[in-house]
Order: sequence, then C-alpha cells, then structure tokens
Amino acid sequence: MEISTEQARNVMQSPRSPSSQPYLSASVTDPVKLGNGVQAYISYRVITKTNLPEYQGPEKIVIRRYSDFVWLRDRLFEKFKGVFVPPLPEKSAVEKFRFSAEFIEMRRAALDIFVNRIASHPELQHSEDLRTFLQADEETMERFRFQETGIFNKKPADFMQMFRDVQSKVSDAVLGKEKPVEETTPEYEKLKHYIFELENHLAEAQKHAYRLVKRHRELGQSLLDFGKAVKLLGACEGEPTGKLFSDLGTKSELVSIKLQKEAQQVLMNFEEPLKDYVRYVQSIKATITERATAFKQHCELAETTKLKEINLDKLMLTRSDKVGEAEIEYREIKAESEEATIRFERIVKRMNEEIVRFQEQRMEEMGVAFHQFAKGQARLANGIADAWRALLPKLEAASSA
Amino acid sequence: MMGSENADGFEETNLNAAKEEMENLVLNGDGAGDSSNSAYRSAMSTLSSVHDPLSPLPTVLTPADSDPLTAPSYIEPPSYADVIFSPFDENSDSEINGGESPDSLSRSPSSSSSTSDYIKITVSNPQKEQETSNSIVGGNTYITYQITTRTNLPDFGASESSVRRRFRDVVTLADRLAESYRGFCIPPRPDKSVVEGQVMQKQEFVEQRRVALEKYLRRLSAHPVIRKSDELKVFLQVQGKLPLPMSTDVASRMLDGAVKLPKQLFGEGGGASAVAVHEVVQPARGGRDLLRLFKELRQTVSNDWVGVKPAVVEEDKEFLEKKEKMLDLEQQIINASQQAESLVKAQQDMGETMGELGLAFIKLTKFENEEVVFNSQRTRATDMKNLATAAVKASRFYRELNSQTVKHLDTLHEYLGMMMAVQGAFADRSSALLTVQTLLSDLSSLQARAEKLEAASSKVFGGDKSRIRKIEELKETIKATEDAKNVAIREYERIKENNRSEVERLDGERRADFMNMMKGFVVNQVGYAEKISNVWAKAAEETSQYDRENQRS
Repeated sequence: MEISTEQARNVMQSPRSPSSQPYLSASVTDPVKLGNGVQAYISYRVITKTNLPEYQGPEKIVIRRYSDFVWLRDRLFEKFKGVFVPPLPEKSAVEKFRFSAEFIEMRRAALDIFVNRIASHPELQHSEDLRTFLQADEETMERFRFQETGIFNKKPADFMQMFRDVQSKVSDAVLGKEKPVEETTPEYEKLKHYIFELENHLAEAQKHAYRLVKRHRELGQSLLDFGKAVKLLGACEGEPTGKLFSDLGTKSELVSIKLQKEAQQVLMNFEEPLKDYVRYVQSIKATITERATAFKQHCELAETTKLKEINLDKLMLTRSDKVGEAEIEYREIKAESEEATIRFERIVKRMNEEIVRFQEQRMEEMGVAFHQFAKGQARLANGIADAWRALLPKLEAASSA
Repeated sequence: MMGSENADGFEETNLNAAKEEMENLVLNGDGAGDSSNSAYRSAMSTLSSVHDPLSPLPTVLTPADSDPLTAPSYIEPPSYADVIFSPFDENSDSEINGGESPDSLSRSPSSSSSTSDYIKITVSNPQKEQETSNSIVGGNTYITYQITTRTNLPDFGASESSVRRRFRDVVTLADRLAESYRGFCIPPRPDKSVVEGQVMQKQEFVEQRRVALEKYLRRLSAHPVIRKSDELKVFLQVQGKLPLPMSTDVASRMLDGAVKLPKQLFGEGGGASAVAVHEVVQPARGGRDLLRLFKELRQTVSNDWVGVKPAVVEEDKEFLEKKEKMLDLEQQIINASQQAESLVKAQQDMGETMGELGLAFIKLTKFENEEVVFNSQRTRATDMKNLATAAVKASRFYRELNSQTVKHLDTLHEYLGMMMAVQGAFADRSSALLTVQTLLSDLSSLQARAEKLEAASSKVFGGDKSRIRKIEELKETIKATEDAKNVAIREYERIKENNRSEVERLDGERRADFMNMMKGFVVNQVGYAEKISNVWAKAAEETSQYDRENQRS
C-alpha cells in the first residue's frame, strides 16, 4: 500500500532514465518583473520536460504568473477531493516587500516545489488542468484564469469559518447535543485532532525559526559596527595596541559577513521548509472541510432517499396516481445519493493514502531541513572559530612581551 | 482538545510539561553561571532574565545518550573548547591584584611594582540606620555599608579592618582626594543619584550602589600613589564617624593647599602628601587676607572637565596636543563601549531565540510521540529531538559566551571612568596655571600702583605720612604676593609633573588592559564557537541519512 515517495519521484522525474520509463518534471525559473506601478507583477518561466504522450513534446516553455498557479491549485482542489493538494506560497501582505529580491526568490522556489509535487503525485499528475497549465499559450491561460468564480475565490477567512463549524458540530455530537451530521469514527477524530494541533506546534516552531534568521542578521550587524568602532579606537592608540585593534576590527567584520550568509541559508533551507509544512497542514484542513461537506451530503441524501422510499411505498399502498412521479423522483434521488456516497468514499480512500504519503514526505523533507540546518550551524561556528583563532598568535605574543 | 483558538493557554500548560521533557534531555556541563554579574548598563538587565525556561537546569546524563563532549577522546588537545570557562564567578576573584580578577583592571605582572603586595576591599552588608535627632519624628534614615580591607601593605596598621560608611562619606573622601592629589588621574567616584527617598531604600538601588562603591574603592587602592594616601587609610580604618572634613569653601581650600604646599614640596617624592594625619583632619584655618587675591580661582573649582574658562593662556603645544588626543580617545572609547553593548545584546538574543526554537521542537517531539500512528512519525520525532537538543545546548553556550564577553568588554566601560580622571588631572593643571597667571597679573598691577604712589609721594616735600604708610603696606602685600606667586609656580610645575607621570602610567596600563581585553574576548569567541560547532556537528551526524549533497539524482 505504501509507495515510497522516492520511488514515485524516480519513476516520474528522472530525465535520464531509459526512454521507456515515463517521466514528467517541471521547473519554475527566471522571475521577471513586468508592468508598471500598481499593476506590476512577476512572471516566471515554467519549463516542462516529459516523454508522456499526452504532452506536446519533450520540452515546453511557457510564461506564468502567480494567479495562474492559484488557478491550477483551485482546479485540482475542486476536481481531486480528498487529495492533499500541495500548498502555494502566500500572497504578500506588505506592498514594499513584494518586489524584494529575497521575497521573489523565496516565492520562485516555493512555486517550483509546488509544480513538482503535483507532477510527482500519482493522481494529480494525470490532471488535464495540469497539462493546460504546463502547455497552454499565455492568452489561453489568461482566458481560463478569468473564467473561474465561486468557491475558488473563497478567502481563507471563509475556510476558517467552515473549519469552526466542523469543529463545533463534532464537539456537539460528542456531547450528544444534536443528531450528528458529522463523522465520529475514532480514527478520524484522532486524525483531525492531530492535524489541528500539529498546525499550532509547527507555526510556533516556524515563528522561532524566523526570529532566529533575524538574530543572525542582528548579530552580524552588531559585529560589523563593533569592528568599525574597534578600528577607530585602534587608530588612537600607538603600537602595538593599534595594529591589534585594527586586526580585531577586520576579523569582526569578516565574522559579520559569515553570519549574514548563514542567515540567508537558515531562511531558505530551514525556515521556508517549516513554513511550507505549516501551509501543507492548512491545505489538509481544507480537505477535511471538503470531506465534512461530502459526508453531510451523503448523509442527507441517504436520509432523503429513505424518506422518498417510504413515501413511495405509502403511495403504492394507496394506489395513488402520483406513484409514477414519485418513483421517478425516488430513482433520481437514489442515484444522487449513491453518487454522493461514492464521492464521499473516494475522499476517504484518498485521504487514507494521502496521509501516509504526507507523513513520509514530511519525514523526508524535515530530515533534510534539519540536517542542512545543523550542518550550516556547524560550518558557521567552525568558520567563526577559525577566524578568531587566527588572531591568537599575535595577541599571545603581544601580551607576553 | 480541539483548541486552535486558545493557543496561548495551550502554550502555557504545555510549557511546564515541556520543561520536564527538557530536564530529561541530555545536557552537558555547568549551570548558566552568569547570575552574579556586576552591572553593565542596560544590557545587564536582560542578562539575568527572570522568566527563563532554560536555566538553571539540573544536568542529567542518561546512559543511552552519553554526551561525547564529556568523553575526552572526542576533543583534540589544542582546542580551546576544553580550556575555558568554568564561568567567571565574583567570589573566585584571585586575591592578588595583578591576577585575572575581572573587575579590578587586570594587569600584566610587570606593571605592578611588587607582585606580593596586595590590598583587597570588599563592600557588603548594607544596613539601614537612622540619624540621631531630638525631634519626635526621628532623623533621616540612610544606608551604611560594611567596608572590609585585607592587606599586607606596611602603611596600613592592621592586616584586616572593617568599618561602616555611608555614601556621604565616600563623597567626602573623593573631595579630599581631589584636593590633595591635584594633577593625578583620580578614579571618579560613583554618581550621587537624584532619586526619591523611597527608591533609595529599594534593594536594587542599594545593590547597584554597593557594587559601584566596591569598584570605586578597588580602583583607588589599585592606584600606586593614592593607595598610600592618608585620606584613604583614614576612610578604610578609622572606626566610627569619618574624621575627614566634609567641605571647605573655595578660598580656604586653596589656602589650605597653599599651606600644605611647602610640606608637599619637601615631603616624599612623587608628590605624595606628607601632611600628618591629624592635620588632614583639622578644618581649614581662616585667611581672609588672601581671599581677594584668589577670587578668580572660584571659576576653576567646578568639576566640569570640559576645561577651564578662557582666562588661562595655555602655551604648551605638547600639552594641547595631548589633551586633544585624550579627547579623541575618549570619544572612541565611548563609541566602542556602545557598540560593545549592542553586541552583547545581540549575542543574548541569539541565545534566547535558539533556546526558544529548541523548546518548540521539544514540544513537537512530545506531540508526535503522543499521537503515533505511523513509523515515519517516530523517525521525525527522533530527528526533531536531536535538533532540539543541539539547539538547547547551543543556546546555553551562547549565554555563557555572553556573560564572559560582558566581563571582558567591561574594560571599555571602566576606561570611560579613567578618561574622566585624566580630564580631571588636566583641569587641575589648568587651574594651577590660572593661579599663577592671576598672581602674576596681580603682582604687576600692585607694583604699578606702588610706583605711582611713590612717584606721587616724592613730590610732597618732607614726606606724606599717610602715603608712606600706604606704600609700606603695599610693599608688604607685594612681598606676600611674590611669595604666593613662587609657591604657585612651584605647585604648577609639580602638577605638570604629576600629569606627565600619571598619563604615562595610564597609557601603559590602558594598553595592557586593552590587550588583555582583546585576548580574553577572542579566546572566548574561539572557545565557545568550537563548543557550539561540536554540538551541531553531532546533530548533523545524527541526521546524516538526509545528506543530499552527496546524492546523485
């Protein structure tokens, strides 16, 4: 049952595997600022490499913007209910940050991961919308994008409200307040509880990770300033103190640079993956809501079907001339109910598979992030030790003189 | 618990649980050890953070995860990670002044005249006392401090003595020293604080003051000349009320100085006061005659180091250059001291945030372990735990590093005080020069008047009794002024010499102290960077199966 993500990825994404092996990979590159003033935006190059017959050739390059990615996500969310659709990086809240190099790079990297996750997902990779996204020319893409309305424009706040409804109804059911229209299986309860709690924990960890990035930068800045001040002080003193102060100042500036570099690494390789994890969990919450909706429909339609059946029987008993009509209604409702049940069960099945994939992927990705973070910190500390250590011989010599 | 709304409550309740988790973690080494720092401006208030979930923790070694840092084989010999740093403790100061004690300025042994000389002063045991008063309400309350001196210097009678003094006594001491040791770089005394009575009694204020007093007295006793002063001896040893005059008016003070001058001139070498102790203790005698001659001197008596008002004509170029240099140096020390403070804060913050990150991951670890459904969860939990452990350890090292850094960089702060002392010494010189110049100009105007009178009187045949008398009086005054001028010149020269030797001494000491500061700072940085690196290297090793750099796609 468990397909390791490694296997899936290898099968689908390695361009070097023998041509008989199907592969699909995409990369998001080359952010370019287009347009002016308020309407300015960033466009990205999306390069697709594949040998799949459904695609228009081994390589295709298209230009896409953020809202195109949003369109893709919304379509997948709608069509593949139960699947944990990979999350998108947020729209930027702060205007002036929107075009900073750092933000653009972070977004590009996140979009790249987004597309590749879709391309390596056993169900999503076959999506027609994905093909459109990867291949359609820009005008077509724009047309598609403008057609979307309805649920796709729901704001996160709306989803939050839906979550809360789900939560409160579940707890009511547990307390026996009203007839439950929500699932109450213990495993599912456990899962929901896990997801909600996980988000809190992860968000906190991410918050501290972000602060840590800032601390690196602040420490770097203070060492820079300290180095400058020490140099100036050295200029006032005669020798040998003056020269030593000057060397100290220079080293301080050097260490400062190392810290700034590491700050960037921590941001990209540690904080961002954590943030991504949080987003993924939020995406799962959206799926949970979908499932709740589907469950409700399935229940309600089943309820209605039963009522219609009872009604039909009654009519049949009384040999009413409404029987024919009622029968048709009954069949229709029954069909709908069966569809709703199928939909619901498909969601359940998908979610069960997804949760396994999700856990494994996160284990893998977090492991990588932790490892890189630890390595980065070790390298930084080593570099700092080496830098300062170089001063010691002169300091020792001077103080014993 | 479905609470996503009450995130804060959630954090609270789980913090305690997480603390327990933390205590079961493998933690190496000593406690934080930074609790007894002396104040270093505002940075210090954040160092001893009250709500700190990470300190002090008992160290618990579980056999399964014995820390390689404690196993000797892990660390290569020449590393500095080993060398350090049982945390600097106030009470473990070496007794000898020339040693590594962090809050008296540490010197290289060559600069103290004899390494077996020592004097150690401790200020402790603040107590509330009340002024005796006849009123029903009672007198003001004030704080006294116990001042204990241990020394083997022969000048001091006893090898150990203990007295009780209040802050006002310290002000008196400082004022008397300023008079007796003109031209010397006298360490500045702690500020009088202008605060309300209530605050004066508050524990924090009293403690800050106690620390400041101790530092001040120690600095005084580290000064090669002042440590032998009578004023200091009296302060440190005479029981009961401090027998030094609390204040003198300007003229008397100058006169007192003039009276003492001959003794000082012919006394011990180095300009030390040779006045007998009992004379120090007498109040100044009168001497209104010379008052008007010294009236210009009032303006120089202010403690404003910025300098004497323009009346002085300083022609000594070398002196002016030196003064400029000192001002410049002071500016740079101020600047460096400010940047040092920022650095300390940044190191502190880094440690704190690192610790908070570790704590967050510990909570995550616990959470994943609670709700285990998949094996991948267990693996992830283990990975997180490794990371968390490393982060917590690193956080502690940052804090230790920081408390050491504070002690070293505090030298900069100390020298700000010394720069003030230098300015004071220069001010003494300028005021002495002003005295000389004033006397010279008075002398010449007196002489001019005498000439005029003589010319006028010679025109009166047979002598003009009243004029002749006036002339004689004038001649007396001229003689006195002449004498005073000579004394003042000698005083000026003496002070100039004091200046020179003091500045030279200070320059040498400052260089040595700054050298030590740099060395201490750098050794610290190296040592702790190594320790931190080891911690993370271990975590990297533990997660090495995720190393993607060496993978082929």
